[in-house]
Amino acid sequence: MPDKPILSFIDFKLNFDTFDGVYQAIDGISFDLNPGESLGIVGETGCGKSVTAKSIMGLLPSPPAEVAGGGIWFDGRNLLKEKSSTLKSIRGNEISMIFQDPMTYLNPVFTIGKQIVDVILAHQKRGNHGRSLTSKQAFQYGMELLDKVHLPNPRRQMKSYPHELSGGMRQRVLIAMALSGQPKLLIADEPTTALDVTIQAQILELISELREQLNLSVIMITHDLGVVATVCDRVLVMYAGQIVEDASIKQLFNNPSHPYTRGLLQAVPDPAKPNKKLKGIPGALPNLLNPPIGCRFQTRCSSASEKCTRMPALNKIRTNQKVACWNVGTT
Amino acid sequence: MLAVENLKVHFDVKNNRGVKTKLRAVDGVSLHLKKGEAYGIVGESGSGKSTIGKAVLNLAPKTEGKIEIDGRDITMTNRANEAWLRQNAQIVFQDPHSALNPRMTIMRSVAEPIIVHTKTRGHDLRRRVEELLDIVGLSKQFIYRYPHELSGGQKQRVCIARAIALEPSLLILDEPTSALDVSVQSQILEFLASLQRDLNLTYLFISHNLSVVRYLCQRVGVMYLGNIIEEGTTKTVFEHPQHPYTKALLGAIPYPGATQPQSAPPLIGDIPSPVDLPVGCRFHTRCPVKVANLCDRLAPEHHHQTLGWASCHLLDPDLDKVGGKPE
Repeated sequence: MPDKPILSFIDFKLNFDTFDGVYQAIDGISFDLNPGESLGIVGETGCGKSVTAKSIMGLLPSPPAEVAGGGIWFDGRNLLKEKSSTLKSIRGNEISMIFQDPMTYLNPVFTIGKQIVDVILAHQKRGNHGRSLTSKQAFQYGMELLDKVHLPNPRRQMKSYPHELSGGMRQRVLIAMALSGQPKLLIADEPTTALDVTIQAQILELISELREQLNLSVIMITHDLGVVATVCDRVLVMYAGQIVEDASIKQLFNNPSHPYTRGLLQAVPDPAKPNKKLKGIPGALPNLLNPPIGCRFQTRCSSASEKCTRMPALNKIRTNQKVACWNVGTT
Repeated sequence: MLAVENLKVHFDVKNNRGVKTKLRAVDGVSLHLKKGEAYGIVGESGSGKSTIGKAVLNLAPKTEGKIEIDGRDITMTNRANEAWLRQNAQIVFQDPHSALNPRMTIMRSVAEPIIVHTKTRGHDLRRRVEELLDIVGLSKQFIYRYPHELSGGQKQRVCIARAIALEPSLLILDEPTSALDVSVQSQILEFLASLQRDLNLTYLFISHNLSVVRYLCQRVGVMYLGNIIEEGTTKTVFEHPQHPYTKALLGAIPYPGATQPQSAPPLIGDIPSPVDLPVGCRFHTRCPVKVANLCDRLAPEHHHQTLGWASCHLLDPDLDKVGGKPE
């Protein structure tokens, strides 16, 4: 490991307090993110991947969200213990986030330019660059940002409204806004799910390019294993609020070890092997109001045995691969 | 069994100056499906793929063209045709959550087409619904549940049960797995494949997910801006794509594997507006290999190969005579 990690989760637990009881959305996850690394988080609906991202940004309303233990360390600070004013200066300036549906995050009644300038000015007020921009300079900077994300004709786009842009262009605008505070970490929550494949390819290429140019760390949250393979170095596979496998791209696809990871890979139609028989994973996610004791995958696992009623630890089985399963040998 | 000839669906829209123009959603599409075949239509959003499905079921207005199912001309929409069509062709939509009435039990939702079209009532009706649920792999206990008690995959199975209730010969599947997780998607795909074998159904499968189409379909048509630009057996189209758009589309699928295959750089720009179609070949604004002074003038013809065809000037054996050179 080269440098010390930029972001660390240490046994983080998060519950949602609902009328039906305590929903254990995240149950003790730990991982490190190194500077410049691109980490993918994959899993199905309801596995806690978006909640993980939102808890980094402190975007979950409390109540109902309630941190039940552990910590999130960013650059030497525990994000869970910081004052809200400190968090405000971290959000956007040091950590930025882009979301799935770009239209929902742009205000339809203001021009793109107005919204970008707003973001730029808001951040420099709390800023850490030590310079103060006039609104004219902010407009100029906004155009530079749009140019950086390869939006054609930035001057004209600054004056257009969100509905005049296509989905791919809107996502580029959001990325430009996310970059305005010169963050160290970019969290992308399903950034291409709403886009067509050709546009998705463009956006993924842009993210990889910016990452290299600006030495960004990226957390890419997605349910698409193909997307992960294209842009990430390392992957966390999440299931029911726990990390079941933490592996480099190479290990994940060549030696998938957790039964859930293997199940996921078997469920995806492989463009190279069209006649491959698809296998679903039988059953459904356990109810997290009352999760099974021990390994949460045991209810759907074909090789579950008695020891699975105790929680397996995330053990290193090879270089660059950790798995939480009793049946995967550490020998 | 399904024959679509030169189908055009144009919508009247107003442009930003309030002038009436035409939105050409589908612009001259012909399809021929054999009985028991699964035909896939792929394309990006806005290419008109869903509109074809809707036009076949008379859910979208046809501007021009002819549609035949099992030899019966259903282009004209009168009462008799409509009733016949509803019994013989059915559709499964993308989002099962919004396709089921939240206030109807599964029993009522599945029974509705049977009540409308047949005289089955009472015990027989209940038995039929149970039978249908059994076909789609749901147990009897679901019969008096409401949609919110079911998971996404189960709801989609209910939608399929409802669609096959009248034993249609044609099933239109409009992105049936897009709203589902991969592990559930694979279950539904496996099930659709076996259902097709068991009931000898004809599928018109509409999707933007090429891997899914490849898995389920025997033949595939690639749509771009209201036209089919390449058609062929799934194997041919996926292994030896002819049209530059098909090549780009295939290259853009992120590959779930440790090493990424070599592929062409992504296409530049967005799909043009169907209100303001490019002249000549519709793909020329984004085409990486366009021929100057030809593609932006003339629409290409279909060039036939052994197991399919594509419409691109570059496949024209007489390209030199026409006078174009690749850029």
